[in-house]
Parts: sequence; C-alpha cells; structure tokens
Amino acid sequence: MKATVRLQREPFDAAAEAAKLTRGRSDIGAVVSFTGICRGVEDGEPIAALTLEHYPGMAEGEIERHVIEAGKRWPLLGVTVIHRHGRIAPGEDIVLVVTASSHREAAFAAAEFLMDYLKTHAPFWKQVEKAGGKTWIDAKATDDTAAERWKASHRHEAAE
Amino acid sequence: MSVRLRYFAWVRERVGKPEEVIETPSGIKTVSELMAWLASRGEEYAHAFENPAVIRAAIDHRHVRPDAAIKDAGEIAFFPPMTGG
Repeated sequence: MKATVRLQREPFDAAAEAAKLTRGRSDIGAVVSFTGICRGVEDGEPIAALTLEHYPGMAEGEIERHVIEAGKRWPLLGVTVIHRHGRIAPGEDIVLVVTASSHREAAFAAAEFLMDYLKTHAPFWKQVEKAGGKTWIDAKATDDTAAERWKASHRHEAAE
Repeated sequence: MSVRLRYFAWVRERVGKPEEVIETPSGIKTVSELMAWLASRGEEYAHAFENPAVIRAAIDHRHVRPDAAIKDAGEIAFFPPMTGG
C-alpha cells in the first residue's frame, strides 16, 4: 500500500493528491477523497480564522499508526493524509484523507475510519478567532462516539 | 531522573510555557500523581490542572491513561481533548 502522511502549513490540492494515487495503475477501482474545510460560522457567530496547534512528532506518528491500522482492516491500495496547521481562514481546506482500493466499500470505510480517529486521537487543537477574542474549541462527544464504533474489532494498543 | 514536560493548547497557555525539564519528584509514580504534583507548583499550574479529568497525557508520543507509570519516560505531554480533523 502506498501511504503518504504530511503535516504542513501550506494549502493542498485535493484533486492532484487523488490523481497521484491512481496515476499509471489500473488495479484501483475506487478512490474516496474527504476534505475538511474551515467553516465561517461557529456556534452561530462569524469567525475570522482558525489556528491549529499540533504536537510535532506525535501527530505524524499517531496518523501513521492509524493509516497502518486501516491497511490491516481493509484491502487498500493507497492512502494519503494531509493535515494543515497554523492559521486557516474560512473556506480554506484543513484536512485531506484519500483512500484507494479495488472496490468502493473499503475506500469509503477506511476514509471514514481515518477521519473519526484523526478527530479524536491526532494531537491537534483548534482555536477560533471571533470578534470577541480567541477561544479553544471544545471536543465533541459525538466525535468520541464516532470513533468508538470502530473499536469492536480494534487492535490498537494505545489508551482509548 | 529528569523528564521533559510539554504542554499544548489551553494547558500551555495556563502554565505559561510550552515545555520545561523537571527532576521527577520522588514518590511520584503515575501520570495522575504527576498532575496532582504539578497543580501544587503555583497558581498557573493549579489553574492548568484544576480539572485533571479533562486533561489527556502522552508519554514519548503515545497516548496513555492517567494510571500509566512515568518511569523511564523521556517526554510527557499534557493537553486538552483533541479537536483536529
């Protein structure tokens, strides 16, 4: 499985990243691409920007472990995960997950699995800038629930 | 034995620094004991660790539970629940 994990400040090109996974090969029958985008409204109030803080070293390691786990669970032929950090304005992309497989089921499931785990396990924190100042976004219980459902056959040994 | 502590997001803001190296206090064996000890180091630490139940920890880049042993840890990080993605 071709796997790429990148953390960067710069924007990414989702279409180009998906094309890189399939270029020159004919065994891939399905590519799922998920892009997380910065919303302009948070809790009913307009926001100026998000700032994403991360834990260098651990963030890459945690994402790579989950990419490997996804590769054990589904017959994937390629995975690309890109997560931006720093200041991100509304409308800009934050995160990209691309999964490639022979068939769509694996590609869809693996992309969802990776996003659910990214949200709850990858060490990133969002701070939101509004007219009234900067505040840290609280973790959502619904994200924990989303990650929980993959655990039934979870082999990952980290504390969860 | 010395250990590097790293703080992120509002834990970092409350403590007032991103990282520091400390001598592991004797008798402190677990992550939760270390949090209680840190909370006693002054006002900013007390504020940062006032509700240890909401703080997550990692030892040498791996998520750990509060009862994890800190023995042999090179780097211990404290941070709020993650909100990436």
